[in-house]
Amino acid sequence: MKNRKILKLMLSLVMACTVSLSWGQKKYDPGATDTSIKIGQTMPYSGPASAYGVIGKVQAAYFTHLNETGGINGRKINFISLDDGYSPPKTVEMARKLVEQEEVLFLVGTLGTPSNSAIHKYMNIKKVPHLFLATGASKWNDPKNFPWTMGFNPNYRSEGKLYALDILRTRPNAKIAVLFQNDDYGKDYFNGFKEGLGDKAKTMIVAEASYEVTDPTIDSQIVTLKGSGADTFFNITTPKFAAQAVRKVDEIGWKPVQYLNQVSASVGSVLKPAGLEKAVGIISMQYIKDPTDKSWDKDPSMLEFKALVKKYLPEVNPDDGNATFGYALGQLTHHVLMQAGDNLTRENILKISTNLSNYQIPIVLPGVIASTSASDYALFQTIQLVKFDGARWVNYGKPVTIQ
Amino acid sequence: MIVETFLHQIMAGIATGGIYASLALALVMIYQSTHHINFAQGEIAMFATYLAWSLINAGVSYWLAFFATLVLSFLLGALIQRIIIKPVERAPVLNVVVVFIGLLVILNSLAGWIFSYTIKPFPSPFPKEPPFGWSIISSHELGSIGVTLVLLILLFLFFRFTTLGLAMRAAAQNPDSSRLVGIRVGRMLALGWGLAAMIGSIAGMMIAPVVFLEPNMMSGVLLYAFAAALVGGIDSPFGAVLGGFIVGILENVLGAYLIGTELKLSVALVLIVSVLTFKPAGLFGKNIVTRV
Amino acid sequence: MQWLFGLVLAVTAVVLPFALSNYHVFQLAMVLSYAIALVGLNILTGYSGQISLGHGAFLAIGAYTTAILIDKYDMHYGLTIPLAALICFVAGFLFGLPALRLEGHYLALATFSLAVALPQLLKFKHLEEWTGGVQGIVIMKPESPFKDIMGLQINADRWMYFVSLFIAIVMFILARNILKGRVGRALIAIRDHPIAAASMGINTSLYKSLAFGVSALFTGVAGSLSALLVSFVAPDSFNVFLSIILLVGMVIGGVATLSGALWGALFIQFIPNLADEISKAAPWAIYGVSMIAFMYLMPMGIAGALALLSRRLSRH
Repeated sequence: MKNRKILKLMLSLVMACTVSLSWGQKKYDPGATDTSIKIGQTMPYSGPASAYGVIGKVQAAYFTHLNETGGINGRKINFISLDDGYSPPKTVEMARKLVEQEEVLFLVGTLGTPSNSAIHKYMNIKKVPHLFLATGASKWNDPKNFPWTMGFNPNYRSEGKLYALDILRTRPNAKIAVLFQNDDYGKDYFNGFKEGLGDKAKTMIVAEASYEVTDPTIDSQIVTLKGSGADTFFNITTPKFAAQAVRKVDEIGWKPVQYLNQVSASVGSVLKPAGLEKAVGIISMQYIKDPTDKSWDKDPSMLEFKALVKKYLPEVNPDDGNATFGYALGQLTHHVLMQAGDNLTRENILKISTNLSNYQIPIVLPGVIASTSASDYALFQTIQLVKFDGARWVNYGKPVTIQ
Repeated sequence: MIVETFLHQIMAGIATGGIYASLALALVMIYQSTHHINFAQGEIAMFATYLAWSLINAGVSYWLAFFATLVLSFLLGALIQRIIIKPVERAPVLNVVVVFIGLLVILNSLAGWIFSYTIKPFPSPFPKEPPFGWSIISSHELGSIGVTLVLLILLFLFFRFTTLGLAMRAAAQNPDSSRLVGIRVGRMLALGWGLAAMIGSIAGMMIAPVVFLEPNMMSGVLLYAFAAALVGGIDSPFGAVLGGFIVGILENVLGAYLIGTELKLSVALVLIVSVLTFKPAGLFGKNIVTRV
Repeated sequence: MQWLFGLVLAVTAVVLPFALSNYHVFQLAMVLSYAIALVGLNILTGYSGQISLGHGAFLAIGAYTTAILIDKYDMHYGLTIPLAALICFVAGFLFGLPALRLEGHYLALATFSLAVALPQLLKFKHLEEWTGGVQGIVIMKPESPFKDIMGLQINADRWMYFVSLFIAIVMFILARNILKGRVGRALIAIRDHPIAAASMGINTSLYKSLAFGVSALFTGVAGSLSALLVSFVAPDSFNVFLSIILLVGMVIGGVATLSGALWGALFIQFIPNLADEISKAAPWAIYGVSMIAFMYLMPMGIAGALALLSRRLSRH
């Protein structure tokens, strides 16, 4: 009888020890150690989309700075960003290198819709978190079929829809002309826009014109669109062409109500070159603080951002919208890793990323909260439309919840 | 309204065509003096424009920067020829093409690294107000066309009526015989490259105010300039400029009225192949008859 | 001497996938695909003297043929390759007909325009149902039919590597037979002395168009393979630069040589990666410098330099 009691006591002691050991135990998947965390990314540093390379460079600087100030939970971040030249076959090769050869813990901020489409299945088969994709395509929010992938940008489709709803609300008899880049990005926005207009799309859209990234100018398209007699203009362009369009619209004396997609709504890299006075009245969407907006001059995260660029990336223009975007990515990744603590498994990283509850990324506009759940991987639930007043983007209406 | 829009499209086509024409002139220059088509011509022009931008950004006045860039780009072109192209001068043409491509890639990458990829506005020497109050073309676009035409005339006169121009054409067409008559072929080639770079820099400084200065500024233009030069006749400056305007107008009109913007490139392709099938040396080129 | 080299190469090719990681095996399979494409380009530009800056277009046609046949018709991937070859042959031959009248720079421009126009065609909305438009087409990576052979594991990567190797060997032998015989001599004659060739009774038009067709056929097979390896096709995979890089690879490998295709493929595949490691700030500047350096140091291409070396060695 006594022996049995002792046995029971010993057993419970052993169990208590095991439980407490596993409680405080560190758990690592490939890429994580006691002293470092390896994460990967593919980014177009060369080729036609090389303008976006800044996003990777800012992130790299963010982690370098972080490492110099102690790292995360005592670990240094080994951030490996590889060039894919915006070519899907190269993205596949580089992603495989990161996962199979470098054995990174997860991929973060990979850029481009075709590039990510190429590795979408692979990342999910390999069960490696494919996080915060630098693209707003709607297909990344698919927890049922692709549980390991989640996007970052507010959905292009939803944004397009919101502009359409705004037109229906304010000017239901508008005649709309659309300029769009002939690729995934342009078409996604346009489809969302048409969805928002519903049945009225056919009658309200009186002209549409596309352009290729390789086109030198879009002057001809703007002339066509003006000639259609439209009084509303949806400008779905990337920064260089957005600046050209904003300027040309003004030059030819066309005065439509203009909607501009968020990707090109940077004051410093688009509106200033085009001419600030030409952009007055443009409606767009913002979710990241704009470096040229004086209201953020004393904002701590903005000051940190500007200092980072000045110290580590002197050749980069701090007013470039891509730079703050990269910074936001860095901050969100930082947050996720902080939360993970010593449980650095891929499953845990994914769990944290897809269960964010009301996290305010510092460089993102106050009130635009990051929130995800197992059924909805979309990061930002609300979108704030803004209008340009000649100097800065001003809130236009209330934040709208995205469906 | 419809007629006004059509006229507007034509004018826009002429303006864009002017852009193609100016780079096409640089291609003609390099071809006349070296019998090579330099694929890196656009990037040299872009790089030269960045040099101008740097000067202006440092406080130098526009015209001073303009002429300084002409000199700098001339030197840049001549140096590239002497240092990078000379070793492959006598190599098969495909090797030279690879060197051109290498040069293109290097210049593009360097520009992105040194000057970043953010677009930069570039000033125009022409007034901001549209000419005569028209709204279908800006003063700058009209002025650039003027500059291109002046360049065209200068180039034509140079090659046709000056001894130097003749010497350059000779050096390109038959280097060995040219040496026998005392022409310093090496010098002619360097000169040709320098002049081509200079013309390219003017093209760049005229184009940048319209499309904004960035490292990939010339990539789209190069194909059309190439097409313009060949369709017009690669050895005819007049043909190249006319080719540029034709390509610009056709591209705009076709895209706007006939097949829509989503098939513009394919139609341009069909057009180019068709023109060349009927006139293999271009509209104004001379058919070279080779000796058996 | 050549026999020994060939044997070593053969043994290495078969043993390598078992010694390397899956990622490297994938890379090697891509090299084989590029090599086939470069053989194709060489037939047209190297042997027949017709410069092409648009061969990326034939890679695209081959790749999309395979992708569409698998995606829409559930065809077995093995069947799609000969079909892609056939379609590309016809496409190449048809393009070769108007190209007959074009020489040198003009032909370069025409082929260049083809390379520029094709991505736009692939995105065209009325063809979207077939091509997947801007989204492209995702295909399943072919599974290996064997779990293992004699205890050696054959996973999907290794299987596709051996498939690529087999096809590459077949294509190389095919090319060798075409080029060593009458056809090859006729092509070289047309390239170097077109007027003399014509006066000797060679039907230059037929041979030149055939060269285009055959060249496109080879490149189409390469495109087909690459689609299977990457498991994805999109218009962005076939931009203008791809065509230019193919030409660069062919020249650096060695114009008018078969082994040059393999060297060129290795250059295209691995030098950009190396350049990226040397400089993240301006990776393609390094790439460009390497192109120029190769042209200075090995004007006959890598194959040419090796031939020179082996001649020097055999003299001693």
